[in-house]
Amino acid sequence: MEDIISILITTVRVSTPLILACLAGLYSERAGIVDIGLEGKLLGSAFGAAVVASVTGNVWLGLLAGIGVSLMFSAVHGLASINFRGNQIISGVALNFLASGLTVFLGAAWFGRGGNTPALSGGARFYGIELPFAGELAGVPILGPIYSGLLSGHTILTYLAFLAVPLTAWVLWRTRFGLRLRAVGENPKALDTAGMSVTVLRYKALAITAVLVGMGGAYLSTAQAASFSREMSSGRGYIALAALIFAKWKPYPALGACLLFGFLEAMQYRLQGVDLPLIGPVPTQAMQALPYILTILLLAGFVGRAIAPKASGQPYVKER
Amino acid sequence: MSASMPLPRWVDIILLPVLNVTLAFIIGGIVVLIVGENPIEAVRIMLYGAFGYGYGFGFTLYYTTNFIFAGLAVAVAFHGGLFNIGGEGQAYVGGLGAILVALAVGGLHWAFALPLIMIASAFFAGAWAFIPGYLQAKRGSHVVITTIMMNFIATSMMSYIISRILKPENINSDESARIADVTRVPFLSEWIPLLRNTPVNISFILAILALVGVYVLIWHTKFGYALRTMGHNGTAARYAGMSNAKLIMATMAISGALVGMVAVNDTAGAHGRLILGYVAGTGFVGIAVAFMGKAHPIGVGLSALLFGVLYQGGQELAFTMPAITREMIVTIQALVILFTGAMSNMLRRPVEFAFLAARHRQEPDPVAQEKGA
Repeated sequence: MEDIISILITTVRVSTPLILACLAGLYSERAGIVDIGLEGKLLGSAFGAAVVASVTGNVWLGLLAGIGVSLMFSAVHGLASINFRGNQIISGVALNFLASGLTVFLGAAWFGRGGNTPALSGGARFYGIELPFAGELAGVPILGPIYSGLLSGHTILTYLAFLAVPLTAWVLWRTRFGLRLRAVGENPKALDTAGMSVTVLRYKALAITAVLVGMGGAYLSTAQAASFSREMSSGRGYIALAALIFAKWKPYPALGACLLFGFLEAMQYRLQGVDLPLIGPVPTQAMQALPYILTILLLAGFVGRAIAPKASGQPYVKER
Repeated sequence: MSASMPLPRWVDIILLPVLNVTLAFIIGGIVVLIVGENPIEAVRIMLYGAFGYGYGFGFTLYYTTNFIFAGLAVAVAFHGGLFNIGGEGQAYVGGLGAILVALAVGGLHWAFALPLIMIASAFFAGAWAFIPGYLQAKRGSHVVITTIMMNFIATSMMSYIISRILKPENINSDESARIADVTRVPFLSEWIPLLRNTPVNISFILAILALVGVYVLIWHTKFGYALRTMGHNGTAARYAGMSNAKLIMATMAISGALVGMVAVNDTAGAHGRLILGYVAGTGFVGIAVAFMGKAHPIGVGLSALLFGVLYQGGQELAFTMPAITREMIVTIQALVILFTGAMSNMLRRPVEFAFLAARHRQEPDPVAQEKGA
């Protein structure tokens, strides 16, 4: 029981940035823009958040800075893929490189620690929030550990990430804005004919994307870890994209997919050097590769077909 | 796009890429200014580091070799409308082929071993690239996503193989046993003393041959014609009786085989052993190289050289100016990909406008207009 709870707690912790990034990708792909740059946005916002948090000592300013960085990245992505009708994938790949280079370069120049920022403490970090009565209920069997261990004690960003899931479902399927957003990803021409601006809608989607993934990045450096270190996003942006494909571009399945990948990661820490019956010791590398292998299998249609929003990846050309 | 007009060929091939790259460097220069260093001085140090003396120059050529292979791989796929981001993983797996053969033939003279090593590298890397090709062709999974996934899988798989299987008992770091000296691809410095002790090896010559080979393949073979047709318009290619599925699989395999040659340069040459994470971003640089070179072998050769200069010069720069790290190069690379790949239309508009204006001034004589341009 203790073991299961502790694995689940780790799962929630490591899933948080995935959920935020995955929902971020959901908005942009639903609006017809593929965002391979999620990885770079995570990394860039983690850096921005850590830098500002360490300089000002205020984690909220850090969070704002993280979101600011990913907004800037989104602006470049939008400029390239909406205004200049460039290749969205190439632009996303460029953003990933940009984040990978700039964070270490600027970090090393500003702090001289090989690209890492100074350790954050006190007001410069997000800490876990104790839910009411968590301490008192801890002793209660079954319910106690679940409430005080699993549900309580996470940072505000984790709660926001989980809240963002129903919110996204509501926005996308229950509001006029959501309808338009989904329409612009399926048939931009129809919206254009109806007199709405494809450009404005897509920029709005990219802005929401930036806010969400910015929170995810800030989580990495100010909540999960206590400083920025080079390449600290370590493929999470890509995993989030993979989760998005798994989830077939839907919010609740996205949550499930992120939790699954988070669980795999948690198991990977857990299973290090442990002998399993029949299988023997599981190589860490096999666990690391598992999400990627699963994605490939799913993409290949062995697990079920994933169909992306129709206009996703294509710049909208008004003429013709 | 009704507003666009055909530009003269040289504008597309030379002027626009040069403008885009210049823009990338200007922004890079601004970043250098932000950290309080002098960009002009930085460029001077880089050029000296890359060309100023034999040792530096040798390293420049060594990096260039890798970038030519990686760039060609991306370029070949790009002609077929495929975006191969998996060069990194493909080259890594190619290293496995290289080391297995090089160790198996142990003690064989390099002249006989080299072709075998090349075939093994090409086969392993090509097979790794064939998987996303197959999945795209037969199952419709997008090659961009699958190649990214394959990169991660390669990293995990190779890390397991190197640290658990290939690593000899008596070595502490994660790497394979060493290749016998006679088998190892020989360094050019054996013949050209100027290149003192630098890892540039016979692979450099292979890279030049590969440039020519790819040129012939793309523009002078039936396969190349089919490939370009598919890249321009897949539907048209299918109606013309070309099998897109076969083309996609063949293209990805060729692309992988090309980037697999990085293993010949590094594993079988420069390092003489397979090292954990040896590719170190070369596969990704290939993306920038291919875009900058407009996927044309001459362009790829030139931009590979430029990135070779940036890499070697960057080392020198990181050494001389402590505020500037090697990641400055990654930043420049990102800007190059951004401006020449995704934002290439940004400068195109003003240039088109300038040409339109020039035409207005000089009409109605179209010949004069061409000259004026």
